[in-house]
Order: sequence, then C-alpha cells, then structure tokens
Amino acid sequence: MAKTESTLRNMVLSLTLIALVAATALGFVYEVTKKPIEISKLNKKLIAIKAVVPPFDNNPDNEMFRLAGDNGDSLEIYPAKSGGTIVGYAVRTYTVNGFSGYIGIMAGFSPDGTIINTNVLEHKETPGLGTKMTEDVFKTQFNGKDPSSFAMKVKKDGGQVDAITAATITSRAFCEAVDRAYKTLKKGGLI
Amino acid sequence: MSNLKIFTKGFFKENPILVLLLGTCPTLATTSSAINGLGMGIATTFVLTSSNVAISLLAKFIPDKVRIPSYIVVIASFVTIVDLIMQAYVPDLYETLGIFIPLIVVNCIVLARAEAFASKNRLLPSLLDGAGMGLGFTMALGILGSIREILGNGSIFNYKLIKGDAILVFILAPGAFIALGYLIALINKIRKA
Repeated sequence: MAKTESTLRNMVLSLTLIALVAATALGFVYEVTKKPIEISKLNKKLIAIKAVVPPFDNNPDNEMFRLAGDNGDSLEIYPAKSGGTIVGYAVRTYTVNGFSGYIGIMAGFSPDGTIINTNVLEHKETPGLGTKMTEDVFKTQFNGKDPSSFAMKVKKDGGQVDAITAATITSRAFCEAVDRAYKTLKKGGLI
Repeated sequence: MSNLKIFTKGFFKENPILVLLLGTCPTLATTSSAINGLGMGIATTFVLTSSNVAISLLAKFIPDKVRIPSYIVVIASFVTIVDLIMQAYVPDLYETLGIFIPLIVVNCIVLARAEAFASKNRLLPSLLDGAGMGLGFTMALGILGSIREILGNGSIFNYKLIKGDAILVFILAPGAFIALGYLIALINKIRKA
C-alpha cells in the first residue's frame, strides 16, 4: 500500500478518523474506571475520618454538613455516631500559611472539645523537614488536649506546642489549621 | 539490526536518560524515592509501547503533513488511559506522581520514538523498540530513585536502612541534579572504557 498523499481531503479524513477512534476508546475507559475512582476517593476520606475519631457505625460522609468559619469560609464537618449518639466530629480543616502554601488536615474532636487525633491529607512541605508534621512525634502532642486550656501556638510564640526543628513555619501552620477547626466547632455550638 | 538488538539498545547503548539525555524533567522531578521512579517508568513504558504499536500500524494511513498532530492525539489518548487507570487502582502512587502523569504526553522520548522509529518500521520492531526504550527509562529512574532514597532518606522501598536523618539534600531538587550528573559520568566512563 502506498503512503497516503497529503491532500486536503486525506488530511481532514485521517485526523477526523483518528480523533473519533481516540474519543471512543477514552469514553470506554472513562466508563470502566468511573466507579473504582469514586470508590477509592470515598475510601480515602473514610480512612482519614476513621483515623481521627472513635469507632462509629454511621456513614459520616452522608451526614456531612458545613459550618461557617470566622473569615467567610466554611469547613466540612463529618459527625461520627455510634448507636445514634455523637462520639466525635471529624473536621476537614486547612491553612494556607504552610511553608509551601496549602495544607489540608482532618482533625478529630470529641464532643467535649478535646482533640482526639489529627491526620494530614495534603501538603507540599519540604521532604524531611516540614513533612515531619505527619509523623507521630509531632502530631501526638495535640492528642487529648483541649484547645481552651492548651495554648495552640509554638513555644517560640508563647504557646505550648513543641515545634519541629527547622520547620517552625510548618508547625505554626499546623497549629493554625487545628485551631481553625476548634474555633469553627465552638462557634457552631457543637462543643 | 536484529530484533534482539532493537530491544536491548534502550537499556545501555541508547538509554534515553543516561545516554540520549531525553526526558530529563520528569526524571529529576519524580525520582525522590525508588517506588516513585519505578511507577513513573512503568507508566511511561506502557504509553511508549502502545503508542509505538499504534503508530507503526497507522503510519502509512496518515498523510505526512498531519503526522505530528496525529501522533500527539494517539499519545495523549494512551496517557489519558494510564491516568484514569492509575487514579482508579493505584490512587496513592497517582497522588505522589501528580501532574507528571498527564505530562507524559509532552515527554520527548515518546514523540521521538514515534517519529524516528515507529513511523518507519513494522509492528514487531516498533513494539520491541518501545518496550526496550521504556524499560531502559524505567531502569534509569529506578536506579536514580534508589540512590536518592538511600542517601536522602536512609531507606529503600520505604524500608528503613539507618536510624535518624540522612543527607536531606538528595531528596530535594539539587540532589536530583547531583545524583543524575554522577550517574551519567559513571555511565560515560564505562562506555568509553
């Protein structure tokens, strides 16, 4: 078979055909992977919630609601219930003051306002320095603390939090995000 | 050239990263650990092999003047397929590699093999060329990722080798350049010897 000539008709025809075949194939793959992608996203969220609140038997994702924060934004609140009573709130909080900007954190609070656990969901901090905020050594110091009596600031700023060595900015941002979650819950009258 | 030679040239003689110095950007960016490097390499290998096969079959049918846009459509389709599949079945790896998966579209190795090899050769050699080049790319990324993870984090495949801190700079961007530079120097030395 000789090579197709570069006439206008041939060029339009061949590009159209290739684009059509490509579009069909992509549509097919999209349909096949749509469900698994949704499931993996939901699982990720549920795992993050499970890590920060006591065991629950409801689906916190279905009962998610939003609470207005103090600067015109709102946070997602996932209530964890066991036998119908609230055992904790998982709050999807954030800060934009990380060393490289945005840090997303899932923070769990018990109904009396103490922090149960925290889990960093997304960040772009420096590997080996700022990323230490995801390690237990740093984040477990918040567990069991009540922000009303525990100063949520690093010691350098007059608070009670031990900052990560060489990552004070990240530590400050982490405190800010968890504090935002606490204040939002407080303002909403949940704790 | 024999089929075996076509397949093996990607590993050493014409290794896309260590010898041809193509696709350096994803190489530097995604090799912060061994697993990331290998993941990126395997994704690229899939795209490279599939696009080489498709293009060798289509080459005669595509008029010369629209061949580049046609190749890009073919390559972009395979990249999107990899993107969706990784998102569905390996979400953690997908998240770490992030923007570099869609960017395989503009990885010059893929277009270079389509233009320089697949469009002029038959199905089997094109398949072997794509797979060989892809595995050579994967190998280089794996080696570089391992070196950086061992030196920078003291671990390999997330398995801790030493306690405490390692040489942090190797995880960061400058470490990528340093490690790649020394690796290329070593390969050059071996090739000339």
